[in-house]
Amino acid sequence: MPFSEETYTRAKEIIARYPEGKERSALLPLLHLVQSEAGYVTPEGVTFCAEQLGITRAQVGAVATFYTMYKRKPTGEWLVSVCTNTMCGVLGGDKTFEALSEYLGVGHDESTTDGLITLEHAECLAACDYAPVVTVNYEFFDRYQADQALTLIHQLEEGLRPQPSRGARLCTLKEMSLQLAGFADEREGAVGEGPAAEPTLRGNRLAEQYGISVAGYDPATPIPTQADREAAKAAPAAEKPAAPSQPAEKAGAARNSQEAEK
Amino acid sequence: MTAPSKEALNTLTPVLTKRWLSPDAWQLSVYERLDGYTALRKALAAHPDDLIALIKESGLRGRGGAGFPTGMKWAFIPQNDGKPHYMVVNADEGEPGTCKDLPLMMADPHSLIEGIVIGSYAIRANRAFIYVRGEAVHAARRLRQAVADARAAGYLGTDILGSGFDLDIVVHSGAGAYICGEETALLDSLEGYRGQPRLRPPFPATHGLYSSPTVVNNVETICSVPYIVLGGAAWWRTMGTEKSPGPKIYSLSGRINEPGQYECGLGVTLRQLIELAGGMQPGHRLRFWTPGGSSTPLLTDEHLDVPMDFEGMAGVGTMLGTTAVQIFSDLDCPVYATYRWIEFYHHESCGKCTPCREGCYWMAQILHRILAGKGTHEDLDTLLDSCDNLLGRSFCALGDGAASPVQSSIKYFKQDYLDYIEGRKSPMMVSSLVGAH
Repeated sequence: MPFSEETYTRAKEIIARYPEGKERSALLPLLHLVQSEAGYVTPEGVTFCAEQLGITRAQVGAVATFYTMYKRKPTGEWLVSVCTNTMCGVLGGDKTFEALSEYLGVGHDESTTDGLITLEHAECLAACDYAPVVTVNYEFFDRYQADQALTLIHQLEEGLRPQPSRGARLCTLKEMSLQLAGFADEREGAVGEGPAAEPTLRGNRLAEQYGISVAGYDPATPIPTQADREAAKAAPAAEKPAAPSQPAEKAGAARNSQEAEK
Repeated sequence: MTAPSKEALNTLTPVLTKRWLSPDAWQLSVYERLDGYTALRKALAAHPDDLIALIKESGLRGRGGAGFPTGMKWAFIPQNDGKPHYMVVNADEGEPGTCKDLPLMMADPHSLIEGIVIGSYAIRANRAFIYVRGEAVHAARRLRQAVADARAAGYLGTDILGSGFDLDIVVHSGAGAYICGEETALLDSLEGYRGQPRLRPPFPATHGLYSSPTVVNNVETICSVPYIVLGGAAWWRTMGTEKSPGPKIYSLSGRINEPGQYECGLGVTLRQLIELAGGMQPGHRLRFWTPGGSSTPLLTDEHLDVPMDFEGMAGVGTMLGTTAVQIFSDLDCPVYATYRWIEFYHHESCGKCTPCREGCYWMAQILHRILAGKGTHEDLDTLLDSCDNLLGRSFCALGDGAASPVQSSIKYFKQDYLDYIEGRKSPMMVSSLVGAH
């Protein structure tokens, strides 16, 4: 399948992001770009990247096979990744993967026969405070147990697009690959979607609730110059700025915490 | 669930996370209203060398796991060498348990950009890259928007705020390889190669991206910079401990009532953190935990009161790492946890060096065999022997890290291994779990 004119134009845009003579830096985004049109890294996609960068197909192949997100066979419209690293695994991810695998009749890195869904195990997705997590085309569904994940799959099968817990509304894997190639999400309002949920804000909420803030913050504190540093060095120890000589109070600052006093 | 004690509450230091409570802080106008880009104006009026000295004075240490002094890293960049300099931000968050940088970039992307501009001005770099983990599209989406908005407002581009300083930032998405969080593998990946670590020396400070002087800093490290520029080094040092100053985002997950992000002064203890997190879940008793991700040796309930700073954790044979505190209870099996982590290292080993490539492969097999009830006493020796060949003999820290869960779980929970080996515990049927990403 030949690539579209638009993809060629985008390839030029990608390459232009990197310094002259360092065009090879564009290879990772170019491979994402290939997936945005072909759905996976096709042999034609390898040739495309090689031609764009003036490197060999073998050099492109070596890179494409190294990274998990480059798929080497047709991938479903919906890539469902279940985190089964330790934390998500013990909190329910293992059971979720089993349940989805059984329901869909596919294993890791396999797609349903209709080509709609690809299932995979994922390693830690950096969302352990929301464990266990499932992602669809890399958008997060937080604290999802097996039954919720099955409902999610049913919705995808019915042609619905369930709303992720964080991040923007779902788009197809090809559309997502274009964002991975470094292009803006053009959907109206998508950048703003996905408010921070409770685990992200928990520490802050406590601080707010109990009126805790870090004292002594003065944004006008001058930045010492070379002359200041020399003067400080020359001055006797007693006249040095107070802080370094103060024994650092373990783990905390002086506080404005009337609430906490209670 | 009882309210946290005053002592625990007083460990909280909302600094880097403070803007997270304003839901639209990712927008430039809101960021500006919340003092955004005031640090940049202040920094651009200062001499770059004074900024490096300020960061040194603050005692800021790298938040990506190794804890290297940031100011020193910046000072290593040779000046007037006629070569281009680069600032590269490591946003390839993926150490199991770690989940602080993604919420930070999601809620407050401009603070990262502001920190990058200040840092780049200090080291005299005119190009910066944010290498963001591929799977983290939700964060990358906001970063790209923030870069575009900052450029339109004159905080990026040529002659930033009339200072004569030029900088551009490229947000570069990875493609699913944990090893790219290792700084030299990240640089290879950013140059368009397989992400495999480089031999050091030479270090990135002289031969980094495109063989030019390069600073590679973690997201949280760079986000700390604007606050130090504004509040000063002495104020920064009012938080944390003498050798590990400042606030730190502790990411709590697992068997606690309120998992989440807790920004505290360095040196907080697990007991205090668990209290902040509403205590252990009903029916769960603390059994084992990681102080900073799976590459930091496990600790137990004996270590509830050890200060969680770089020194405190080193003192009990582990590391502070990324302060990814994963909390497991008496209902969780340390052998299974170790097995899953080793499957992870096996999957993520880049294959460059033999100890890691082979060691992780075989350790995963052995752990699987033990869990399946087919292990032998000799297996424990083989595991420890493999660790000896990994730790210090691997090409990079990934291999070293893989030894951590194995050695520490055998150290503290040998009986659990023996229970499987000697048939006191029924075999755990483990399907062949091999992960992606």
